[in-house]
Amino acid sequence: MPRKYVIHTKEVPNRFKAISRSGVIAWEEGCLKCAVCVKTQCVYHVYEHRSLDPRQMIDSIDNECMNCLRCVQSCPKQLIHKAINPEYKSLGDDYWTPDIISKLWYQAETGKIPVSGAGYPGPFSGPNFDSMWTDMSEIVRPTRDGIHGREYISTAVDLGTKKDHLDFKGMELVEESAPAVVAAPLPILLRVPAFGAFEQETIKGWARAASRLGTFLALPAEMNPEEAEAPQSCLIPIVSLPQAQSGQGNGHSLLVEILWSEHWRKAFERMSKSHPGALICVRVPFLKGAEERVLSVAKNGASIIHLEADFHGRSQQDETLLVRDGIRSAHLALVQEGIRDEVTLLASGGIAMAEHVAKAIICGADAVFIDFPILIALECRMCLRCKEGLSCPVEINTAPASWVASRVVNLVGAFHNQLLEVMGAMGIRDARRLRGEVGRSMFFDELDEAAFGQMGYLKEGYELE
Amino acid sequence: MNLNSNSTRKELPEVVRTPSRFRNPIGKYRLNRTTDCIGCGKCVEVCAYGVHEIKRGLVLTKNHYLCVGPDCPRPCYDECPVQALSLRKNPTFDAIGDLRWPPDLLVSTWYMAETGDVPPASLEYRVGASGGGFDRMRLALPPRQVKEEPENEEIDVGIELNRRDDNAHRIRIEVPFYGGGMSYGSVSITPMLSRIKAAAALGTFCSTGEGGYPDELKPYDDHVITQVATGLFGVREETIQRVKIVEFKYAQGAKPGLGGHLLGDKVTEGVARMREAVVGYPLFSPFPFHSVYSVEDHKKHVDWIKAINPLALVAVKVSTPTDVDMVAVGSYYAGAHIVHLDGSYGGTGAAPDIAKKNIAMPIEYAVPKVHRFLQDEGVRDRITVIASGGIRTPHDVAKIIALGADGVCTGTADLVALECVRCHNCESGRGCARGIATTDPELMELMEVEWGRRRIVNLFLAWRKELVRILKRLGMKSIRELVGRTDCLVHLDYMKR
Ligand code: SF4
Ligand code: SF4
Ligand code: SF4
Ligand code: SF4
Repeated sequence: MPRKYVIHTKEVPNRFKAISRSGVIAWEEGCLKCAVCVKTQCVYHVYEHRSLDPRQMIDSIDNECMNCLRCVQSCPKQLIHKAINPEYKSLGDDYWTPDIISKLWYQAETGKIPVSGAGYPGPFSGPNFDSMWTDMSEIVRPTRDGIHGREYISTAVDLGTKKDHLDFKGMELVEESAPAVVAAPLPILLRVPAFGAFEQETIKGWARAASRLGTFLALPAEMNPEEAEAPQSCLIPIVSLPQAQSGQGNGHSLLVEILWSEHWRKAFERMSKSHPGALICVRVPFLKGAEERVLSVAKNGASIIHLEADFHGRSQQDETLLVRDGIRSAHLALVQEGIRDEVTLLASGGIAMAEHVAKAIICGADAVFIDFPILIALECRMCLRCKEGLSCPVEINTAPASWVASRVVNLVGAFHNQLLEVMGAMGIRDARRLRGEVGRSMFFDELDEAAFGQMGYLKEGYELE
Repeated sequence: MNLNSNSTRKELPEVVRTPSRFRNPIGKYRLNRTTDCIGCGKCVEVCAYGVHEIKRGLVLTKNHYLCVGPDCPRPCYDECPVQALSLRKNPTFDAIGDLRWPPDLLVSTWYMAETGDVPPASLEYRVGASGGGFDRMRLALPPRQVKEEPENEEIDVGIELNRRDDNAHRIRIEVPFYGGGMSYGSVSITPMLSRIKAAAALGTFCSTGEGGYPDELKPYDDHVITQVATGLFGVREETIQRVKIVEFKYAQGAKPGLGGHLLGDKVTEGVARMREAVVGYPLFSPFPFHSVYSVEDHKKHVDWIKAINPLALVAVKVSTPTDVDMVAVGSYYAGAHIVHLDGSYGGTGAAPDIAKKNIAMPIEYAVPKVHRFLQDEGVRDRITVIASGGIRTPHDVAKIIALGADGVCTGTADLVALECVRCHNCESGRGCARGIATTDPELMELMEVEWGRRRIVNLFLAWRKELVRILKRLGMKSIRELVGRTDCLVHLDYMKR
């Protein structure tokens, strides 16, 4: 059994006031100045916490109100109302929804998994990962209780080539036959996002987080912090072909990433020479027919392949191609070729919630990269101002590395615990066994068609209700 | 004591109008009255919904929440001689609810709980806004008959729970639903008593949940289902002997595969005593039953109950994994009378968000799957299939029965009748600020048992009426005829035009 992997989290306060879903609006006009104003009776002491004079009526979009509506429903003159915060509604976009963003903030602040009362409030299903459900174990396929610590659930994964057999000479293992793998304690690797108002200090923080978590941070080689600032063994420098040819990158990395191009083999060979100790990962963009490319890269010597989708979890080229299906096809292509265990399949793009990690793995990835979540952990609002060269409303550029690191550790800690919840419910005790387990998941398209596909006929004169 | 309860059909309770506990009920619209009002009383006269009131010559808009807005056939704001009235949307309305329980459903459920009738207009009380499942399904009703059906024709919405034909009780419930488990601890004794008393009045049952069997429920023993869950909190031989139905809870739809969790704050003295635990310490009920790792083990459990109380019906509550059909058949062969499927979008006092959304399938998929499998196995008419997990409206009830269930369990709808606003804070701090899901002595006082009982009775009388209306439209005399009739349903996404 591997050493028990625990992520230590502790509360790390926000630097700015978080944007919350709704607020209280109150009007001055007609106020009776009651001896006991309903505002003083708030169960959550919202008005007190905000140090407002309860007698004073104000418009207060705030993050304290818990939406119990008691003040709204009790004011004798009906002067208090609730409203959705327009700033909240406009956070992010269709993919990075206000709900996802605010829950990422919460996880980075507290290190806790989001828990709430009452049932699921969201849409029935949705695109991409939202159209999947994971299985659970009932009576006939019992799980053990991993969540409350009675039995250990391992989230560790190996990156690299797992050989199908070992060769021995006498009692000695033949070195070439030994598996060439790097272990990660959880299937979540960090990656510097495509844009953001981050600075070298931020990167230092992310690198420290990766090191504290025992995982990796992928970053363009030119951003690589100095050895003194971050342990190099937790970095994955991303090296371009010219950089590879000029022999860039240092010798301490365990993993290096190169980009796929027509000439990827050249860069691959260069890097193998200049980084003899490192495993080389080839990043393949998620385009139409990516599985063919993944297969050919695998057959031509790469042991780690990174399938990269855009930040909405789709193909950069074609909006209708979803990363969920891209991972599935790449995985299946490797399985059919009989070389699945010889390569590690990493996926990135649109991994926004802990459930996406589990689902990407079920679809066939060995591990995933998270990029924008580590920016949102720093209170990023996905306003995209930085992309246009404007100032960041939450001044990510001024965040100290220590704060950055702790926020990201909290976030990943919460993700890790949620992964345990899902695996525990499925009765799976090893993340390596989760990979490609589509049989233990349910897909909307199939279920919906099976249940309702025949319910399309409306007889003449019949009414719908 | 095998009485054939068919002959002893119960009288239905009366609707007693039971308005909100709060001064300002929430509705969709608000009317603004300017100082131009001359107090002529025209608005009081034209409004059919009792929105305005006249008192000592003064005209007041007393009940904004009853206003039906643009659906009004004779709007006061058009009739007012001095244009003193204007209509606007209540801003708070859009700030409440969510996609499964949009503001329309919440407000119409409150209306039904107050009046025992569905809302007259302006509110969508039949479907939510989740964009799939129930919310994309519609009942297909045949063309209206020209001649009126005889008014007082009996439509039977009751169901028999024991279909095994064994020596256990014959139990008939008068409505095709009973109250799902909500434990003592996750809610206080007040809503618990309200629910059980309402169940008794309606001729049905209500489950205790896994938190034990408080003595206050004793007078209603004949309407209580006691739950045996993995934590075995408060389970004693004596409680099992007291009741007519015993329910095993293997899993809960909202957090399938994960045990129950009661936060330390909610473990008050009373709760601790009931659950034989320590005040202030969180309680976990593990997952799964560590004594059940096969259907054979499950049978052992059922046999255990039958040995303690041979007349009891055994219900098995499971969630909805891919092999839910196998689980259902397994339960049948283990001797269960009722298999209760709890879909993934059901209620909970507290659960990780990741579990509510992602683990196990929605009930709309599970029921047809189980129904077909039991049919193929030739045992469908030997077991009662109860569905739960996101049943919000009488239309949801009709739809899930048409998909193959015999009846349903309610939960969240009961709480909404008690004025739950779906704020999702049941688990935090002192619990529900509205006095529903809390054990905080001060907050508990916000609600009275009798008020709660009436609200729940009213809601379900309204549901019952709707079901009767739907069955009449379908030309059916009994809700039994609707079971598995998918031809009565149309799914909008598969509609052929
Ligand atoms: S709605 Fe509830 S929580 Fe919010 S301010 Fe009013 S009383 Fe407090
Ligand atoms: S908050 Fe806006 S400006 Fe700042 S990093 Fe995020 S997207 Fe960029
Ligand atoms: S009809 Fe107009 S003027 Fe007359 S009482 Fe109503 S609001 Fe006042
Ligand atoms: S805290 Fe109360 S009002 Fe809010 S969802 Fe829970 S039961 Fe409903």
